[in-house]
Amino acid sequence: MRDGKELKPCLSGRGVTKVFGFGDAKTVAVDHVDFDFHEGEFVSIVGESGSGKTTLSKMLLGLISVTEGEIDFQGKPRDISNGKKKKEYWKGIQAIFQDPFASYNMFKRVDSVLLDCINMRGDKNLPKEEKERLMTEACSFVNLKYAELTNKYPFELSGGQMQRLMIARIFLLKPKILLADEPTSMIDACSRATILDMLLKLRDEINMTIIFITHDIGLAYYVSDNVYIMEHGKFVESGPAEEVILHPTAAYTKRLISDVPKIYEPWDLTTV
Amino acid sequence: MGKVMLEVNNLKTKYVTRFHEDVYAVDGVSLKIEEGKSLGVAGESGCGKSTLALSLMGYYFAPLHYISGDIIVDGRKISGMKPDDVRKNILGNEIAYIPQAAMNALNPTQKIIRFVEDVIHAHDPKMPRKDIYDLAKERFQILGLPEEVLQKHAVELSGGMKQRTVIAISTILSPKVLIADEPSSALDVTSQKMVIKMMRDLMEKGFIKSMIFITHELPLLYNVTDDIMVMYAGQIVEKGTAKEMVFDPLHPYSKGLMGSIIVPEEGVREQKLTAIPGTPPNLKHPPEGCRFADRCPYAQPTCRGMKPEVIELPNGREYRCLMSERKVREVYANA
Repeated sequence: MRDGKELKPCLSGRGVTKVFGFGDAKTVAVDHVDFDFHEGEFVSIVGESGSGKTTLSKMLLGLISVTEGEIDFQGKPRDISNGKKKKEYWKGIQAIFQDPFASYNMFKRVDSVLLDCINMRGDKNLPKEEKERLMTEACSFVNLKYAELTNKYPFELSGGQMQRLMIARIFLLKPKILLADEPTSMIDACSRATILDMLLKLRDEINMTIIFITHDIGLAYYVSDNVYIMEHGKFVESGPAEEVILHPTAAYTKRLISDVPKIYEPWDLTTV
Repeated sequence: MGKVMLEVNNLKTKYVTRFHEDVYAVDGVSLKIEEGKSLGVAGESGCGKSTLALSLMGYYFAPLHYISGDIIVDGRKISGMKPDDVRKNILGNEIAYIPQAAMNALNPTQKIIRFVEDVIHAHDPKMPRKDIYDLAKERFQILGLPEEVLQKHAVELSGGMKQRTVIAISTILSPKVLIADEPSSALDVTSQKMVIKMMRDLMEKGFIKSMIFITHELPLLYNVTDDIMVMYAGQIVEKGTAKEMVFDPLHPYSKGLMGSIIVPEEGVREQKLTAIPGTPPNLKHPPEGCRFADRCPYAQPTCRGMKPEVIELPNGREYRCLMSERKVREVYANA
């Protein structure tokens, strides 16, 4: 539910589990989690390092196999059994990762990165001018100037600019779901606001579902409609952001909140 | 007023690039820290925070060069000293520095106690190892680190534990000034809190006399330091107590920074985050007038031609802007 409207389910999972290794060396990274992400919803998955956030996100993306459980994509069971189907699935779900410096092919110029996106979404035969226009539009969506970027290589941009270019790619591809895995953790606090605002803009303008993975509960509170709190591979609490973060019930959520520095209330340093 | 631990007057340092261009990364910084006080330095990436930290150590190596200004630690002038003298006599026992990725500095082939011995032997080669062990053991216990850590290798410790160990080692000689450059940025929130608690303990127990804490996380600075100083393009643009700076910033840049604070508290969701458009200027050719004019939403034509001087208010606050305090408040009230 958002703004009183009933939302269509977009990605849901039942009993999703990932086990690494076997026998004595078995590690259960994600342990029977259930979730329902709806269209046009901003969902955050919050947890500490090692809680299984990234493993879950890799399963959602279809990068690693699911040990047990089912994932439904747009109401139908997800089928990524072969390469072709996987590619089709990735037209519906895309990702932004933590490290923008590692996300680009450093031999490709910025314009060819964007051109690839246009070709990927099936507009290969558009006239050149039309492609230029689309790329300019995508860049201005993220407050970048296309004319200044065309002949640059990704490493000539700053971290914040790279991450914004990543969002420009998403804007061109227009997937149903965007999975953002800690997109702001390598960016300083001032550029962070810009990135978050752009993600919100994607949701509002294209009705994209955004799955935001973070360890910073403050960020999750600011941007999301719904929050899932993850501890040791399980969701310990979930619900609307206001409810979960302002009135937490699980001990783990309470601890996470107490660990973040605050400005209106005193920060209790004795409880570590 | 307490004893002044660190005094810096009009410090200027530069980087020389391989094309022999000068980049003035710290341009006329003055500050003063009293005993038992801590100072936070805020600013976005590329505004000169880390260069300031390096410059304050008084230990310069290429491409960083010293131009002018004084650094006085507890009455002793260290600027202009030979690098070797600084390394032997100042670093470690007068000034300690914790860089951003400090935990990666631990050599994986050595036990933690060897690093402690290294630091102490650099200043007192005759101290017996037994005494060093006892000193380290006592200090680690007070700071809440288990004694066993001393006999472990770096790979056996977690990230947060490594960071705390490095802080404990670098302050083992009880320096007068601790310069911490983003000591908790690479850690998750729980380990961050432990690092912060440890730094607070260091201050309270008197193992360090004063502290400079550099970070871009403003809620953290607000909770840790007494005063906050905001840097932009190598200069200090505003200085005040933590409370004043967070709730009542005067300089438009500080105001922009404070608009990016996100905390999990009621009411934050309804606030609109403000981002500062653009990027800091290239310091090879700093702008003629106010360095922030190009990005300032309140800039006037005169801002680009006139260099703003630091305005000092009666209550000790300082800011660098052409607008008077009354004008600033008027502009913000109308915005």
